[in-house]
Amino acid sequence: MSQIKVQIPTPLRQYSDKQNSVDVQATTVGDAMKALTAAHPDLQRHLYTEEGKLRAFVNLYLNEEDIRYMQKEATEVKDGDTLYIVPSIAGGSFAELER
Amino acid sequence: MVTTVATTIAPPVTLSKEEIERYSRHLIMPEVGMDGQLKLKAAKVLCIGAGGLGSPLALYLAAAGVGTIGMVDFDVVDYTNLQRQILHHTPDVGRKKLDSAGDKLLAMNPFLNLKKYDTMLTSANAMELFKDYDIIADGTDNFQTRYLVNDACVLSGKPNVYASIFRFEGQASVFGTKNGPCYRCLYPEPPPPGLVPSCAEGGVLGILPGLLGVIQATEVIKLILNGETGDSLIGRLLLVDAFAMKFRELKLRKNAECPVCGTNPTVTALIDYNEFCGIRGEESKPVSEPAGVMPEMEVTELKRRLDAKEDVFILDVREPHEYQICNLNGHLIPMNDVPKRISELDPEREMVVHCRSGVRSAKVIGYLLQQGFTGKLHNLKGGILAWADQVDPTMPKY
Repeated sequence: MSQIKVQIPTPLRQYSDKQNSVDVQATTVGDAMKALTAAHPDLQRHLYTEEGKLRAFVNLYLNEEDIRYMQKEATEVKDGDTLYIVPSIAGGSFAELER
Repeated sequence: MVTTVATTIAPPVTLSKEEIERYSRHLIMPEVGMDGQLKLKAAKVLCIGAGGLGSPLALYLAAAGVGTIGMVDFDVVDYTNLQRQILHHTPDVGRKKLDSAGDKLLAMNPFLNLKKYDTMLTSANAMELFKDYDIIADGTDNFQTRYLVNDACVLSGKPNVYASIFRFEGQASVFGTKNGPCYRCLYPEPPPPGLVPSCAEGGVLGILPGLLGVIQATEVIKLILNGETGDSLIGRLLLVDAFAMKFRELKLRKNAECPVCGTNPTVTALIDYNEFCGIRGEESKPVSEPAGVMPEMEVTELKRRLDAKEDVFILDVREPHEYQICNLNGHLIPMNDVPKRISELDPEREMVVHCRSGVRSAKVIGYLLQQGFTGKLHNLKGGILAWADQVDPTMPKY
């Protein structure tokens, strides 16, 4: 098991008790995400579909590499790695979206 | 036809004496020089949106001497824009953003050829609008337009200089170049509406669009001067966290399976982006809202009941900082805390639920119904904004 940091993006911090990063023990990216959602269950439905698939507007980067081009969730992690959750954001001129 | 920026810009232009003086600090640096300044003058850049990102973007492009700037916007300046949309000043409230922007940009640089497009960017007009420009800079605020700009850039072979912001965090990149990735390589699909917090719930630090818009302007100018070189943000996603003041960089790859720029594209013409983003009609309905009728109460009816001293239980599901701005003396439980604080509510009691404008309260009512609440639940139509408009004009709106 390695000690890694999972970086939580601003829009999802309301589901991680306002923490901007969470330290987890894991062997793979998949383990790290399981540990994260176990500690913060509200993140689960925001990150994964009901079928347990990572949502298409969320990307995971281990350090600076997209895990889709590594071994996906089986990608191994090592001590000191940072796993970034990078969701799409659309803001720009911030016209009223809420109705 | 796919062309690179460097080859579309022919330099037949010259600089006048006034222009030479104006751009002298560019002209004396070897990285720009006369050749570079003439490229800037010959360049045509289309800015989508004259808001938070569009303001610093267009101001710096105009100041730097970009010869032709197109601006697409149909919005009107609002008081709530002034905190960050620095093209617009207090006396501009109520004016067309394009007119307000045009005055400032031409006052800053009268040599600018400014083209104003008072329209929403749509699948019907995007290709035609993009045709006359070398570079597109996307400063919009919604997923539909993000995907539309991306696809139109890929299909027309124009680079898409991208930035996007949320609260105090931003992203920037350059998409849609010949060999680089596009926005869909990074995000094949948009989030379903209602799943990520909306802008009005999120807010934005006023300086953030300044920071990101200036990064966009920098990338536009580099594309004009140097073309699609390795020094550009092509293939890199810059993440900016203004509070931590950290700039991080992630590698982006062109996805061979990308539906628009991959080897076998399935999107070969612009599509219906409202449908693609799950938006039906004008409003984006939250996904968790149950089908069927949501009983609504007009603000005037609530006022009548309160004046008649009826025992009305008001549940306010906004955030505490919003409650501080204005409130109806309701019982405050922020939307996301409702599940864990549900014991504070009487499931048999009649309740009026409100938020700022009615979206969050509808979600909460849907949730309470699922939890078996039997008391009558009313969604306050138009939220506290409607109260400020129709009942109490002294109440501040936000």
